[in-house]
Amino acid sequence: MADIFWWVIFPYLTGTIMIVGLLYRYVFRQLTWAAPSTEFFEKKWLRIGSPLFHWGIVFAFIGHLMGMVVPMEFYQSLGISDHLYHFGAIYGGGLAGLMVVAGLVILLIRKMTIDPVRIKAGFADFFTVLALLFVAGTGTYMTLIYNTTVVEYEYRQTIGPWFRSIFILQPRYDLMQSVPLLFKVHVISAFALFASIPFTKLVHIFSFPIRYPARAPQQYRSRSNYKRQGL
Amino acid sequence: MRIKAQVAMVMHLDKCIGCHTCSVTCKNTWTNRPGTEYMWFNNVETRPGPGYPKRWEDTERYKGGWTLKNGKLTLRAGGPISKLANIFYNPNMAEMEDFYEPWTYEYENLIHSPKSENLPVARPKSEITGKYIDKPEWGSNWDDDLAGGSDVVPLDPNVEKMQEHIKMEYEKTFMMYLPRICEHCLNPSCVASCPTGALYKRDEDGIVLVDHDACRGWRFCQNGCPYHKVYYNWNTHKAEKCNFCYPRTEAGLPTICSETCVGRIRYIGVVLYDADKVKEAASVEDPQDLYEAQLSCFLDPFDPEVQEKAKEAGINNAWLEAAKESPVYKMAMKWKIALPLHPEYRTMPMVWYVPPLSPIMNHITNEDELDTDGYIPAVDQMRIPVEYLASILAADDKELVRKVLLKLSAMRVYMRGKTVGGVDEFKQSELVKQANTTPEEIEEMARLLGVAKYDERYVIPTGRREMDDDLHYKRGACSLEDIAPPEGVNPTFAYMKARENYEAR
Repeated sequence: MADIFWWVIFPYLTGTIMIVGLLYRYVFRQLTWAAPSTEFFEKKWLRIGSPLFHWGIVFAFIGHLMGMVVPMEFYQSLGISDHLYHFGAIYGGGLAGLMVVAGLVILLIRKMTIDPVRIKAGFADFFTVLALLFVAGTGTYMTLIYNTTVVEYEYRQTIGPWFRSIFILQPRYDLMQSVPLLFKVHVISAFALFASIPFTKLVHIFSFPIRYPARAPQQYRSRSNYKRQGL
Repeated sequence: MRIKAQVAMVMHLDKCIGCHTCSVTCKNTWTNRPGTEYMWFNNVETRPGPGYPKRWEDTERYKGGWTLKNGKLTLRAGGPISKLANIFYNPNMAEMEDFYEPWTYEYENLIHSPKSENLPVARPKSEITGKYIDKPEWGSNWDDDLAGGSDVVPLDPNVEKMQEHIKMEYEKTFMMYLPRICEHCLNPSCVASCPTGALYKRDEDGIVLVDHDACRGWRFCQNGCPYHKVYYNWNTHKAEKCNFCYPRTEAGLPTICSETCVGRIRYIGVVLYDADKVKEAASVEDPQDLYEAQLSCFLDPFDPEVQEKAKEAGINNAWLEAAKESPVYKMAMKWKIALPLHPEYRTMPMVWYVPPLSPIMNHITNEDELDTDGYIPAVDQMRIPVEYLASILAADDKELVRKVLLKLSAMRVYMRGKTVGGVDEFKQSELVKQANTTPEEIEEMARLLGVAKYDERYVIPTGRREMDDDLHYKRGACSLEDIAPPEGVNPTFAYMKARENYEAR
C-alpha cells in the first residue's frame, strides 16, 4: 500500500499541483512571475554563489536526463560499458552536485548575513534554498559517497524505468521496492520540491529566454491592436 | 519608408533654475511605492559632477548603449548569446551603493517623544532594512549646487577626459543644471537588451514602456541603458522606467515634469521619422557624424509626399498638424539649436538640450559699447568650457556646440538691438554670418524660447481612439464583449439606434 502511495499517487499528486499551479500563476498572477534577484543589494558573494549553483544545476539536470530518461539499452547499443557509464556519472555528476551544494551554501549564508537580503527574504525564499539543499545534498551524497563506498547502484534498471513509466501512465511501482532508502528519500523529496515550484520563486526556471537570440533587437508594439482593424 | 511618429522633448538649459520641482512631482506621481524609493524617473544633476547614479556616463564600467564592432552595431555589454551566458549574474549592473540607500526620518518621534531635557530629533531610517542610518552619505542630489565641490567634480567622467584641467578656484568655477528623463530613443538599447522582449517602443508615439506582465527581472536593461534610466524594483522584481506620463500625453497634456516646470524650460512636440533609416544612421563610423545621421532620419512634416506616406502609415491629421507646429521640430531639426544628450551612445535619444549661454555672457562687462562682433570671442572664452558641453551634447564636437552658442548669442544681440537700438549694424556683422541665421528666424526663435505660451510649448495631439473598437459597443457591452449584440446592450443606445433607423425611413 505504501508503495502505491509513494510511487504512484505521490508523483501524480505533486505533478498535478505543479502543472495546475503553474498554469494558475501564469494566467492570473503573472505580475509575480520573475527571477527575483537581490544583486541590487549585494554583488560580491552573488558573483560566486549564483553562477556556481545555477550552472551546477544545469549540469545536474542534463545528468538526470542521461540517467533517468535515456534507457540503459541505449548505452549498451553504443557499446558503453556499465563501468564506463558509472565512472562518468560519479565524477561528472559528483562535480555538478558539489557545485550545486557549494553554491547553495554560499547563497544561504549570504541570505542569512547580508542585512537587506535577509530582511527582504520571506519564508518561501528560505524554504526554497533549504529544500534544494536537501535534495541536492542527498543526491550528491549518493553519487559521491554511497556509490563509491557501498555499491555502484544500478538505478538505470529500477528508478529509470519507473520514472519513464510515470509518463506513459502505467507506473511500475514494483520496480521501486528494492531501491535503497537513500535513493527513495531523494526521489520523494524531489517530487515534493516540484510541487512547491508554483508557490515560490522557482517559477523562473520556466522563463529562460530561449527565443532571445532569434528575436529582432527592437520591439515595437501597437497601443491597442490597431493593426487588427486593418488601418 | 516606414514613417512613425515620436513624441519628443526639448529642454532649454539656460532657463533651468535647478529647483527640482520636476523631480518631486514626478516622484509623487510615479515612484512613491516600496521598491521605487531610489528611482528618479526625472532627476536634475548639477554639472560638473558624477550624476545619478554615480558616474552613469562611465560606459567602460556599466557597458551601456551600443558600439560598433567590425562596422556592425552591437550592444556594448554583449549580444544575446553572451547575455544568456551571463544570465545568472550580471557583471555590469549597478548596485545600491551606486545609487543610495533610501531613507526616511522618524518624524513620529518629534511628536510622541516623552518629555526630556533635550529636543527630540527625527533620526534617519533606512527604507529598505528599517534600521537607523547614523550618517547618510550619498543621495540623488548630494552634490547639488556643487556641494562637495572639489571632491565630487573630479568624479565626472566628462571632466576626466578633458585636456585642460578644470579650474577649481572659486572665481573660475562653473556650474550648470542637467535635468534628465528617459530619452525614449529611436534605437533604444534597453529594448534590445531585454531577453524576454518585455520592453517595447510604442508604434503610435514612440514612448518606450515596460510590459510588467512579461518582465522577468533579468536586469540587463538597467545597465543596458547608457543613461541609466531603467530601474530595478527590488520589491516587485520588475523593471520600471519613465513612461513619458503616457496617460497625460494621450490626453493631450504635457508630462507632469513639464507641466510643473517653474522655469518653463520644457517643450513637447511630435516629430515624424523614418524607422527604416534608424539602424543605418546609428551605425555611422565617426561618433561625431551621429548627430547629422540622426537628423537625417526625421521627415519634413510640410512635404506633401511625407504627409501622403504618413497617412498611409495610419498617422491621422491631428498628428500631422501637430508635427507642423511642433516646437521640437523647430528647435532640434529646423533651427538646430537643440542637441541630443551623448549621441555617441548610438541610441538616437529623443530628449534634446539647448546648451546654456548665460554664464558665458556674465563676463562681458561693457555690453553697452560692445560691437556685435565682440560676442564672437566671448563664445570661445566662456565660463562653461565648450569642451565640456561638447563632451555631454556633441560627442566632443566643439565646433557644433560653438555654432549653437553663436546662434543663441546672435539672438541675444539682435533682440538687444531691437529693444535698445542699433539693429542695422547687426545685419552686416560677422556674427550673423558665422551664426548662419536671419532676423526672421531669430525673432521666431526668441518668441519660442522666451515668451511662448502653454499651447506653443506643448503641442501634443491626443492619443488615437477613433480606431478603437466601436466605443458605443464597448460601453454597452461591458463584460459581454463578443456575446452582446453589435448594437450594444445599453438600452439608451439601442433606443437611439432604433430612432435613427426610424428617422431614416
